[in-house]
Amino acid sequence: MLELLHRPWPWYVTGPLLGLVAAALLVIGNKPFGVSSNFRHLCAAVFPRNVAFFKYDWTRSGLWNLVFAGGIVVGGFIGGVLLANPEPVAITARAHADLAGLGLHDFTGLVPQQLFHWGALLTLKGVLLILGGGFLIGFGTAYAGGCTSGHGITGLADLQLPSLIATVAFFAAGALASHFLLPLLISG
Amino acid sequence: MTTAAPTTPAAGARERLLPAYWAAGVLFGIVLTKGELASWFRIQEALRFDGLYLYEVFASALVVAVPLFRLLERRRVRSLAGELITVPPKALGRGRRYVFGGAIFGLAWGVAGACPGPLFALLGAGVGVIAVMILGAMAGTWVYGYLRPTLPH
Repeated sequence: MLELLHRPWPWYVTGPLLGLVAAALLVIGNKPFGVSSNFRHLCAAVFPRNVAFFKYDWTRSGLWNLVFAGGIVVGGFIGGVLLANPEPVAITARAHADLAGLGLHDFTGLVPQQLFHWGALLTLKGVLLILGGGFLIGFGTAYAGGCTSGHGITGLADLQLPSLIATVAFFAAGALASHFLLPLLISG
Repeated sequence: MTTAAPTTPAAGARERLLPAYWAAGVLFGIVLTKGELASWFRIQEALRFDGLYLYEVFASALVVAVPLFRLLERRRVRSLAGELITVPPKALGRGRRYVFGGAIFGLAWGVAGACPGPLFALLGAGVGVIAVMILGAMAGTWVYGYLRPTLPH
């Protein structure tokens, strides 16, 4: 039983639950499921300066979203620590070989230790990956007005064309980056 | 005469529902970690076209969400807060923000293997250095806000 709880979920459990979370937020308070707006709310709360984009009442429009994000952190602890999968990730043999070919050797945990650790911040590649990656995630999602949740689930579930454009752009650029940028950041 | 506290009934309802948003967030965080959507390896598997997992998750999420969203909107269901449920439409405009913004985010997603939801989940999962990535995301959002008037949308 305990062993079962630690096992990762199959797609047909994960996907429908994801859809249910999005619907639940609508039912609770008519809120569109999304996460990236939290970076905007945090900026508005901490450092709005005189930037029009951050001059709004974040407690009114953003508090629910920040509380939701706080819940995600706790859920991440439950799923990623208390119920952590002790086995290496069960990606396809092809994916495994592909990533091993790039020089990756540890497949346990949610992220490769090799790339995501504090010491990485002392290297240029590590700073580019972690700080630079974070920067572009924030810049890009704010520019696009949503992320994989807001556009990829909420917008697509509502059959909105802008979200389809954004989602195609995420996946196309993501595939390009994974194929051509990732090898440069991993090697060495 | 003392002035009334600035809490309108709507504000009261908002606060009353905060635990429900929190609970939805906890569930989402568990889905992200146990469903491995917060897994860098799973994202790479999908973006390198080495496996179908992420596509199956997205497809099945939409199979559930599309009819549920339709039902909630068409049947004019009210939320627990009492409002009619509507998904706010995103303005298409010239669509450039979706292409450029989406591509910029996608570039980072393809190497960092994380999007905003997973960033918060990974923080909870004990990957401490993700805090730096979240700070980076705040900085990126701030710079976007600053440059917003000059960017094509």
